[in-house]
Amino acid sequence: MQVYLPIAEVSVNAFLLLGLGGLVGVLSGMFGVGGGFLITPLLFFVGIPPAVAVATSANQIVASSVSGVLAHLRRRTVDLRMGLVLLAGGLLGAGIGVQVFNILRDLGQVDLLVRLSYVVFLGIIGGLMFLESLQAMRRTRKGTSSPVKRHKHNWVHGLPLKMRFRTSGLYISVLPPMLVGLSVGVLSAIMGVGGGFIMVPAMIYLLGMPTKVVVGTSLFQIIFVTAFTTLLHATTNYTVDMLLALLLILGGVLGAQLGTRVGLLMKAEQLRILLAALVLLVCGKLALDLLLRPSELYSLAPVAA
Amino acid sequence: MSWRTLVLALCFAVPAAAQEDDEEVVAGLSQSRISISANFDGSEILVFGAVKRESPIRSQPPLGVIVAVVGPSGAVTVRRKDRLAGIWVNQNSVEVDAAPSFYAVATSAPLEDILNDTEDLRNRISIRRAIRTVGAAGLVEDPTNFTDALIRIRKGAGLYQMNPGTVEITESTLFNTSISLPANLTEGEYLARIFLTRGGRVVTEHRTEIYVRKVGLERLLYNLAHEQPLIYGLLSLALAAIAGWGASAAFRWLR
Repeated sequence: MQVYLPIAEVSVNAFLLLGLGGLVGVLSGMFGVGGGFLITPLLFFVGIPPAVAVATSANQIVASSVSGVLAHLRRRTVDLRMGLVLLAGGLLGAGIGVQVFNILRDLGQVDLLVRLSYVVFLGIIGGLMFLESLQAMRRTRKGTSSPVKRHKHNWVHGLPLKMRFRTSGLYISVLPPMLVGLSVGVLSAIMGVGGGFIMVPAMIYLLGMPTKVVVGTSLFQIIFVTAFTTLLHATTNYTVDMLLALLLILGGVLGAQLGTRVGLLMKAEQLRILLAALVLLVCGKLALDLLLRPSELYSLAPVAA
Repeated sequence: MSWRTLVLALCFAVPAAAQEDDEEVVAGLSQSRISISANFDGSEILVFGAVKRESPIRSQPPLGVIVAVVGPSGAVTVRRKDRLAGIWVNQNSVEVDAAPSFYAVATSAPLEDILNDTEDLRNRISIRRAIRTVGAAGLVEDPTNFTDALIRIRKGAGLYQMNPGTVEITESTLFNTSISLPANLTEGEYLARIFLTRGGRVVTEHRTEIYVRKVGLERLLYNLAHEQPLIYGLLSLALAAIAGWGASAAFRWLR
């Protein structure tokens, strides 16, 4: 069934969009990532104009994150206090990111920078996670069961403005989570993603939060940052396509519920190694796109009147 | 068409070429309004018409019919990637001053056989001539590669079409063709131009407008997004939040 999208001004198969939304929703629920890093390139591939794809996927991420957070709230796996601290940094970062985005767009290098930052971030994070979870799995298989040291005492604990995060069982300075939120906010605006794939590892490895809490908390922060981004896009570029969002959302919310349940059945290490593999896969694809000679060297961009 | 229009056309015809130019085109379209609704999946316009003449049919010089449908124009930046430090990066760019969003040409024979270059230049009929580039020349060495790329990419998307030999002429008088409009059509005023040529020269031209408009839900959403962007944005967010909550609640109830 073909459907004409009013803002994107293209006609696309409705079931294809439902499927895309569903796939991304499952990932969102399982890993606590918004799925923006997947859905935005997938929408490009379907033929949605990039500007509309970026803005609308932000809107879609809001829905799947709301759905995911509610499931996590019921299980008390959301650290609201940590979420608010991350959010404060995130909104500031999104504001900065939008400015950077506009400057780069005028230079015609948005595409390159988005891709490069994807490759760099996904590569580093995916690689680190993969190695770490591989070691963790090997340890449990050997049965030596040397306790995983989550509360490593590093420079993070020497910073001022300490705060108690009860749900996470942490007593740390608010500065590192603020900074994590800020950098994710910047990336969110530039790359058109929620930033969960960066935030989740940062929360585990940098802040030392328990994995089960990380997913819900990251979803909580993502809701508000992507909502903010959606509003910015809707009011400045008019690129949010409600019909496209609705189709993606319908698929996405169902997928997110499914993903949350699958995620709870799996062990933390398995979850992490799967996410790492997925991140590396997307990274590899994007890196190839940059390195191989593209089939079409030219690209078109309409000039705004 | 009334006799008055005919008289008017005859008065404006250059007297010296009167004998040759007494032919006129009368044409119609199957639809002059295209409505883009939610299930719009492309459309087809039938163009039909007749050559109206006072004198008997002449066989020489050979008759040709060209139908060109053009969509709203806009400036486009064409960028080219080049290899820089191992990766492909956008480097040179050319701004095309005006390129139609849609352009389809249907002819009764290969275009170069029925239209000479001077007439093409004057009437901007071939795809290349329909695109306007002014400031491109000084900035890059090979501006034509950029216009070629623009045409190639839009042809690939079905937005630029060159269909020689698709206009059917019966008895040197009646003609018809069809122009297919792709699903990724943009809104605006489209113009259908029908040219009658004799031995490469344009004898007469007939113009008709086609209105492409979004209707119903499409119209509503588009207007809201552009006129009340904040409300539209908040509405999108509310929709997202409700959908997220609804799914969560539904799943809870199911279990």
